[in-house]
Amino acid sequence: MSDLAIELRGIDKSFGLVHANKDINVKVRKGTIHGIIGENGAGKSTLMSILYGFYQADRGDILIDGKTVTIKDPNTAIASGIGMVHQHFMLVENFTVLENIMLGAEDSQVLNTSISKARVELKRLEKEYALEVNPDALIEELPVGLQQRVEILKALYRKADILILDEPTGVLTPAEADHLFRILGQLKAQGKTIILITHKLREIMAITDEVSVMRRGEMVATRNTRETSVEELAELMVGRRVLLRVEKGEANPGAVKLSVKNLTVRDSRGVTMVDNVSFDIRAGEIVGIAGVAGNGQSELLEAISGIRRAVSGSVVLNGKSVDVTAHVDPGELRVQGLGHVPEDRHHVGLVLKFDESENAILGYHRDKRYLNGPFLNMDAIRAEAEDKIQKYDIRPPNAKLKTANFSGGNQQKIVLAREMERGPDVLIIGQPTRGVDVGAIEFIHKRIIEMRDRGMAVLLVSVELDEIRALSDRILVMFAGRVVGERGADATEGELGLLMAGVEGRKEAAE
Amino acid sequence: MDFFHTIIALLESTIRVSVPLIFAALAGLYTERAGVFDIGLEGKMLGAAFAAGAVAGITGSVWAGLIVAIIISVLLSLVHGYASITQRGNQIVSGVAINFVVAGSTVILGEAWFRQGGRTPALSGDARFQTITFPFADSIREIPFIGPIYADLLSGHFLLTYLAFALVPISWWVLYRTRFGLRLRAVGENPGAVDTAGISVIWLRYRAVICCGILCGFAGAYLSLAMSAGFVKGMTAGKGYIALAALIFAKWRPFNIMLACLLFGFLDALAIRLQGNPLPLIGQVPVQLMQALPYILTVILLAGFIGKAIPPKAGGVPYVKER
Repeated sequence: MSDLAIELRGIDKSFGLVHANKDINVKVRKGTIHGIIGENGAGKSTLMSILYGFYQADRGDILIDGKTVTIKDPNTAIASGIGMVHQHFMLVENFTVLENIMLGAEDSQVLNTSISKARVELKRLEKEYALEVNPDALIEELPVGLQQRVEILKALYRKADILILDEPTGVLTPAEADHLFRILGQLKAQGKTIILITHKLREIMAITDEVSVMRRGEMVATRNTRETSVEELAELMVGRRVLLRVEKGEANPGAVKLSVKNLTVRDSRGVTMVDNVSFDIRAGEIVGIAGVAGNGQSELLEAISGIRRAVSGSVVLNGKSVDVTAHVDPGELRVQGLGHVPEDRHHVGLVLKFDESENAILGYHRDKRYLNGPFLNMDAIRAEAEDKIQKYDIRPPNAKLKTANFSGGNQQKIVLAREMERGPDVLIIGQPTRGVDVGAIEFIHKRIIEMRDRGMAVLLVSVELDEIRALSDRILVMFAGRVVGERGADATEGELGLLMAGVEGRKEAAE
Repeated sequence: MDFFHTIIALLESTIRVSVPLIFAALAGLYTERAGVFDIGLEGKMLGAAFAAGAVAGITGSVWAGLIVAIIISVLLSLVHGYASITQRGNQIVSGVAINFVVAGSTVILGEAWFRQGGRTPALSGDARFQTITFPFADSIREIPFIGPIYADLLSGHFLLTYLAFALVPISWWVLYRTRFGLRLRAVGENPGAVDTAGISVIWLRYRAVICCGILCGFAGAYLSLAMSAGFVKGMTAGKGYIALAALIFAKWRPFNIMLACLLFGFLDALAIRLQGNPLPLIGQVPVQLMQALPYILTVILLAGFIGKAIPPKAGGVPYVKER
């Protein structure tokens, strides 16, 4: 018996010209939670896919329990006691929990007996690990937190001793994430080994025993979590010192630039998502909207930017009234001085199949600067794109590259450059750093503050509470479509957390 | 009483024309539930009908005809499978290509081999399926209502007819009560879930495609060995597409498929019956309108009455492992 659950020796993997894993060595001790961090594209997921048998390493050995094993497909990984919870859940949405857990592990051709066996086993697992879930519920009707629990149960059902979780908290609310961590703690107490892949440093510090850092396909360090710090890990990840909290001076608010009054918005099902919301934003200040995803922030942004029609309410942009209850042309709003960085850059912010240079002017393509009579002035467009690439440090610096081939952080920079460089009076930003690397986050935060100091009125919506607290001069908290509280930049996390959960807000509203 | 007999006759022919639709729609059910869209049902059916007619005509054996029909249809399915599963090609293009290739080659081969203007030799005796008469059918016929229903509606069909209707509950059982069915439905919704569970997506989809081929083989053989006595060029006449419409109409569920096919079959039977028989008040109904009815009905009913037909989520999308 070895006290190592997993040992990887000299794992090497290339995809064509991309060297995804370079001579990786790592030891994971039994009964521990081992974190693997690194920026997007550092090779974490490739390494785990090799461990789970999705890919074969070009070179190197995998040892489980001290014995060399060959993992040629997920089947052998499962047989070796490895279970994986994928970032995008591998669940069949219109199947029940029980059917999903059984899939691939049914023990007979006809289902009846398998189902009853699985039901008994699931009950046992639920009891043993306190993971309750209704076995007959359809996956699509469960909240994401519970779907993830089904993924964990699926692994346990296959008798996994080693559990790999790939970016497990990306889709979870803070409360759900805390719950997940409690579950992981419990699994560890029961003797399971857990590998946690993430790029969120706080999670690593909160829950792991040891942490390995990957950078550009290499394993650069392994640390005892207790003996390291967020700063050290960030530096190891990025390869240089990173400011996790950007410096910012006092705000110097000027005239009101965006005024929202009694705005009510319904979604396509007719559910009221924004309920009678009012606020003002002045030039030179950042107003942050905190809240758990799905509490109306998205619809608020859409209504202000002219993408979604509001039911009632008024918006005054730059002193001019905008009738948001009628059809609004987002292009017209741009002309009037509104810049919009949408929450979902893949579907709203960018056309991924376009060149970088095309995305760099998207929405502003009717501007005379980019036109040559009825035709696009390609030279001007390219010059503009190259200027932005340089100013925003977009990598690779290639204006002709398809946008899909940039990393998340660089794609976000393309959108930010487009909206910021026009110098709008009002800038609304949704989730500025979702799926963005630590290094790029620092850059983006600096830029947002720079815009504020230049006198822009900035509306910032983010589900990352840290981000809201780091950037905002004033914080509004949204819960169930209403603004349930306003706090200053010095609000504590606990205070905001209670508001976000709708606990404090009700009291305040009642008073 | 005359009206009653007319109804019985109408329903009898409804069953007769529904059979190939049921086979083909069930065939589509298997592949589409596994995530491989198949617009080539028509081509496979036509290929099978030709193979059945040709082989039965040459050998004089209906069974030889049926077996070769199934083999040809499965081979065509495998072509579609190779293009859309292994090579990850466009499933619609592959299906359409099969339809065209078969439509052309059956005529060319038929003419080259038999020189009867694209027909295969007329079949009789052992070279053709015979109807099965239930026991006491003749003696019971005289009993009012039950008699004609038993003797004319239930009795007196081909073996393949009974097989088609038996396949409806069997398919339901396979899809919802067996391991194979669970995995097949899973692979059509989220192949990633199947792959990570350690099951081969490719092999599973190939098996689904083979099931489709076998059923299309039955459909084709029924056309040329049972419903008609030999192959006539283009004899599927769009039945593959109607089966596809029935499949969507039925929201990819076996029993709904049977009902949808019976409904479409009924419209078809009605169209034949109304030919040359003007309706009171309305007058002569154009035959083209009747033929278009299944499609019109599908569009109208899907648009508002039966709710949204949600296809298998991974349908039409070749599976590529994430990187």
